This record gives sequence, C-alpha cells and structure tokens, in this order.
Amino acid sequence: MIFVEDKNLVVPGDVLADDEYHTGRGTFKEGNKICSSLVGLVAVRDKKISVIPLQSKYIPKRGDVVIGEITDIRFSMWNLDINSPYSGFLPASDVFGKEKRDLSKAFDVGDVLFLRVVDVDEVKKVKLGLKGRGLGKFRGGILIYITPTKVPRLIGKKGSMINMIKDETKCDIIVGQNGVVWVKGKPEMERIAERVINMIEDQAHTSGLTDRVRNMLYELLGKEIEDEEEVPEPDIEEG
Amino acid sequence: MAVIRCRYNMAPFSVGERKRPGPDRRSVEISKITADALRPAVFLEKFPRSTIDVFIEILEAEGGTRCAGITAASVALADAGIPMRDLVVSCAAGKAGGNVILDLSEDEDKDGEADLPVAIMPRTSEITLLQMDGHLTPDEFDRALDLAVEGCKKINETQKEAIRNRYGDDNG
Repeated sequence: MIFVEDKNLVVPGDVLADDEYHTGRGTFKEGNKICSSLVGLVAVRDKKISVIPLQSKYIPKRGDVVIGEITDIRFSMWNLDINSPYSGFLPASDVFGKEKRDLSKAFDVGDVLFLRVVDVDEVKKVKLGLKGRGLGKFRGGILIYITPTKVPRLIGKKGSMINMIKDETKCDIIVGQNGVVWVKGKPEMERIAERVINMIEDQAHTSGLTDRVRNMLYELLGKEIEDEEEVPEPDIEEG
Repeated sequence: MAVIRCRYNMAPFSVGERKRPGPDRRSVEISKITADALRPAVFLEKFPRSTIDVFIEILEAEGGTRCAGITAASVALADAGIPMRDLVVSCAAGKAGGNVILDLSEDEDKDGEADLPVAIMPRTSEITLLQMDGHLTPDEFDRALDLAVEGCKKINETQKEAIRNRYGDDNG
C-alpha cells in the first residue's frame, strides 16, 4: 500500500507507504510503515520511495567539488568554510608538496577556492584538495548561496539551465555541490545572473522552470521573447 | 551525535508588568524542557560533531508560551531541512474554576487549580514533555491528558498547513 503520490509535498512524520516498498533517501522505517523525515517532494521509483528535500544543509561527500572560503590559517593547513555544518581543511602539502613555505603567501583568510572533497572520515573531518582540472583560487566575481539540494535543478539536464544563463549573461559561472555559486562577468550581468539563480532556487520544485527562466532572462536583458506573437499568453485568470 | 541546545527568552515588554531582561529560573527551565521535548524527534546520529541551536523569543505572552515555543521550534527545524522522525507538537490542558479545560490563558493558569503542558509526536502519540503544576485527581489527570493530546493533534494540522503554505498551494 502506498499513501502518497509522486511529487506530493510531505512533512516529517508523514506515513508514505507500508513495507512492500523500500526506504530511499529522506525516509525511514518504523514498524511496518515508511515515513518521511523531511519536508520535500515524494519520488517513487519502482518499489523505492524517497523524499527529495526542499531545504537542506550540505553534508560533505568524497568526490564532490565545492566552493569554500578560507577562515583560518594553521601551522600546516588552511581551514575553510564550505557552507556546511562541517568545516573543511586543505593540507599545505597539497599545495607546496614537501617544500615548507609561508601558507599565507599562497592563500589568505577570505580567499575563495574551488576544491574537491578528497576524504570525509567517520567524525566528518573534511579533507579538501586542489588537484584536478579547473580547481584553484577565484579572482573577483560574486558568490551566491543556494540550498544544496537545488544544485541539480540549477544545472539542468546535461547543464542546459546553467549553460543558458552563461550564454545569455556572458558570465563565467561555477556551481559547487555545496550550494555555493560563483559568478563573474560584467557587474550588471552578475546582478542579472544572481536574480535568475535566486528565482530558480525559489521555484525549483515547480515544473516548466526552464521556459520561465528563459523568459526572465530575456526580460532582464531587454530582449524580445521569441515566438511571442504566435503564442500569446492565454488569459485563464480573467476568463 | 549532534547536540541540540535551546534558549527560551521573554522580551521585557512581553508581559503586563515589565519583566527584568535576561535568563531567570523559569526561562532556564523552559529552555531545558524545550530541548528535551525536541530531542527525541531529531535524527541526531546523522550529524555527528555538530550542534543544532534553537532560539525562542517571546514577544507577547498570554499563557501557553512554552507550548507555542515547542510547536513553532519543530516547524522551524523541519523548515530548515533537519531530518526528524515526526513534528513535535505541544499544548497544555488544566483545571480552572473546577472544570478541566484546554489551552489555558494567563489568568486561567494563575488563578486555576492546575496546568498540564504536554508535547507529543503525533503519529505515534509518544509523549516528549509532560509537566504538571497544581492539583488534579487521577481521574481529572486522565481527562486533562486526553484533552491535551486531542488539542495537540489539532495543532499538528496547522503545523503541516504552515509548512505547505510556504511552498504554494499547488502542491499536495
């Protein structure tokens, strides 16, 4: 028996199904009932039921790429804020190798870095690394914070959403798995990208988002909306 | 395991006679019982080495603020995306003027015979807070407890509605 439908909004404690289903993420089993542990939308795949959260905190996972800000310099590592309950650290050896140098000459407090999560141990100590393509320090640009679960929506299918924003605003945009987005371009374009990204976060749980994002981009950029005359907006509200 | 901490604080202007600002014996107690009431609901084991802070500021008080605080705090935790077994909902019952009544006002609490704040997790009706101030016979206690649980379940519907309304009415 299942008590909810796909894409239903549920809250913690809602009973979703009984034990002929499997528990996915955002759910837990109690007795022979499967319950939601989060505020989110139900996703049913075959016999697996999960809840996609509408709001979350970033929990570091090995292999993720994240954007972090340096908060502290220690003897042999930098401490970074990665928009998570857990802070990360970047060992000095990752940057200098065996050489001994002054850490603050490479990166200082307040610098923003694009990093990879190298390892997360059982007490959630997050080891970060800079080895990999495109990883390193950002110069200039702005940071936008979104809920980590909405990162896939912002990127879109095969990057469709994010590429559209990049193309239209001519900004460089990098999205970290931890919900931090770096945007660099002309200042007014950065503002537009910020507004669009915030809109996506607000409406990530609704459908037809890509079209609305395109319209919003065109409107903000003062471009004509294609096919506007052929397909007039139907006035359902007034009729 | 994560640690859950709570601070309940009343603004000086929240009550008729100006209250001296800062924690007092009463607010320290309420802070503790609020954290205790919420703790069983939260999946603390999912967040080792972390802390969840809950701040409750009472701006206007007219009885039942500890219950309101717990009820609102659990909605806030859910809204923040913290995994929980269930929402926690709280409501007081008591006795005033010889009658067993639900959700006492400030005057009913002060002049009445008893006050019985209850917090539950509504799906299982598991009690996470039970306090009693005053005198009730065992029979009156049973009636008051049943009444409070019934009240909690009503408030739970409002909690769920509040969360749903945040994401528009077009869903679920």
